[in-house]
Amino acid sequence: MNIFEARNLVKFFGGLGAVNGVSFKVEKGEIFGLIGPNGSGKTTIFNLINNYYPVTSGKIFFNGKDITGIKTHTICKLGIARTFQVVKPLARMTVLENVTASAFCRVNTIKEAQKLALEAIEFCGLEHYKDQRAKGLPIGLRKRLEITRALATQPELILLDETAAGLNPKELDQAIELIKEINGRDITLIIVEHIMKVIMTISNRILAINYGLPLAEGSPEEVSRNPEVIKAYLGEEYVKG
Amino acid sequence: MGPIFVFILAAVLPLVVNHDYYQHLMILVLIWVVIGSSWNLLAGYTGQVSFGHAAFFGIGAYTAGILNTKLALSPWWGMAFGGFTAIILGVLIGYLCFRLRGPYFALATLASGEILRLIANNWTDFTEGMVGILIMQTFVSKLPYYYIILCIAAGCIGVIYLAMNSKLGYYFVSIREDQDAAASLGINTTLYKNVSLMISSFFTGTAGAFYMNYMGFIDPSVVFSLHHISIQAILVGIIGGVATLWGPAIGALVMVGIQELFRTAVFGLAPKWVSQGHALAFGLLVVLTILYLSNGLVGDWPKIKKVLFRKAPQETS
Repeated sequence: MNIFEARNLVKFFGGLGAVNGVSFKVEKGEIFGLIGPNGSGKTTIFNLINNYYPVTSGKIFFNGKDITGIKTHTICKLGIARTFQVVKPLARMTVLENVTASAFCRVNTIKEAQKLALEAIEFCGLEHYKDQRAKGLPIGLRKRLEITRALATQPELILLDETAAGLNPKELDQAIELIKEINGRDITLIIVEHIMKVIMTISNRILAINYGLPLAEGSPEEVSRNPEVIKAYLGEEYVKG
Repeated sequence: MGPIFVFILAAVLPLVVNHDYYQHLMILVLIWVVIGSSWNLLAGYTGQVSFGHAAFFGIGAYTAGILNTKLALSPWWGMAFGGFTAIILGVLIGYLCFRLRGPYFALATLASGEILRLIANNWTDFTEGMVGILIMQTFVSKLPYYYIILCIAAGCIGVIYLAMNSKLGYYFVSIREDQDAAASLGINTTLYKNVSLMISSFFTGTAGAFYMNYMGFIDPSVVFSLHHISIQAILVGIIGGVATLWGPAIGALVMVGIQELFRTAVFGLAPKWVSQGHALAFGLLVVLTILYLSNGLVGDWPKIKKVLFRKAPQETS
C-alpha cells in the first residue's frame, strides 16, 4: 500500500522553476532515495512536503489523505517528521530537552514526554550526551540529534535530508546502521543523500531528478546504470564508457 | 521553600518599615516585578522581544479609569477587567505582529504602543485625552495596596513558574531557539506565541489597572510612555536577567532603587544637578550589564559569586 504519494509537484520561486512536475509513490516500510546534482530540487521537495513552502501546484497524499497546504506542525502530528540538511538544533537546550520538546507532539506531561525522549535517545545512542547543550555538540552528533528528535515525534514517515553529509567513515557506517534500525521499526523513510555509499546500500528504490524534473526511477542498480543519470552527474562523455 | 520564604519576608516588610515613602517605593518595585516578569515571559523565554508593553499597561489602566468615569463602576472592578482587555489587545497585536520575526516584530510592537498612546491622546470624548483621568483612591494607607500588588506579583511569578515547568515552557523555549525547527517538531508556533503573549499581556494589564487604583491619576504620556514603561520593562529584564524566573524581580529592585537615588539626588546629600543624571546612569548600567553580565544579575549569579568569593580570602590575608 502507498503510504505517501506526490502528484505532479511544481514550485516556482518567482520565475525560477525549482521543481517542475515531480511525481512519486512510496510504499509502506520502504526506504525511498531521492538523488540529483546540487540545486536539482531535492530539499525543495522536502520543504514542499512539510509545507515549509506552499506548493505552486500539485498534490501530496499521506495514507490516502490529501495533505497539500496543511500547516507544518499538523503534518508532523499526522506522522511525517523531518530532519534539516543545515541542522537546526535548539541550541541553548540540552539534548534531552531538545528531544523532550518534540516528544510533546504525542503526550502532554513532562514525565511521559521525557520517557519517550529517553527511549529515542537510547535508540540513537546519544545517552552519554543527554545533558549537554546542543550548541556544543560536534556535527556528527547534531545530525544524529536531528534524527532523534524526528523519531521522538513517533512518526510513520521520516524525511531525512542529507543526514550523512559531513560525517567521517566510521560515523557514516553508524548512520547507515541507524537508518536500517529505524526502518526495522516499521517506519518508512524518504532520504535525500549525496553520498552514494549510503543511498545505494540502503534504498529500496531511487528517484533521480535534475532541474526539478524526474530523470529515472527504479532500483539502485537500474538508476546507477541509467545514461541520463550518469550524464547529469558526470557529463556526456561518461555515458558510453 | 525559597519562594515561600521570600513571600513571607515581603509580606512582613511593610509592617517593619512603617513609613509611607518606603512603602510607596516597595509598591513601585512590585509593579515593576509584574511588568518585568511578564515582559520576560514573552521576550526572554519565548524570544519575541516586545518594545510595546506600555500598550498593555496603558490599556489596563484606562480600562479601570474609563469604567469608573463612564459607568461609575468601582475601579476595583476595573482591575478585574483590565487584564482581560489587555488580553484582547494582545490577541489583536499578536495577529498583526507575529507575522514578523526578530527586529521587525520588535518594531511592530513599538509602533503598537505608540499608536495606542496617540489614540488615548486624541480620542478625548472617551479618554479625556491629555487632561487625563482622575479617580478617588479607596484607601489612605499604603498597606492594602501593597498587599494587593504583592498578591498580583506572586500570582504572576507563580503562573510563569508553572508554565515554564510544563509543555508550554518547552514549547516557548523551542520557539525562541528556532521557529522553523519548532514547527517541524509539531509545535503550532503561532498558537503558542499567542499563548505567551496572552499571559504576558494579562499581567501587564492587571498591573496597569492597579496603577490607576493606586495613583488615582493617569494620562496617556504616563501609562503609554515608550520610555518610562516599554523601555524600562526591557531594562528591568536585562539588568535582572533575561529568561530567569527571579531576574525581573531583582531587576525591578535595582531599577527602582537607582531611579529613586537619582531622583532625590542621593536623598538630598548630593548637589541638585545629580537628579538629572538618572537616564545616564541607566544607560551606563545597561552597557555594563551587557558587557560583563550578559545574562543579568540572576543569570550570571555564579559568575558574580565566583568574583566575590575569590576576593574575600585576599582581603583577609
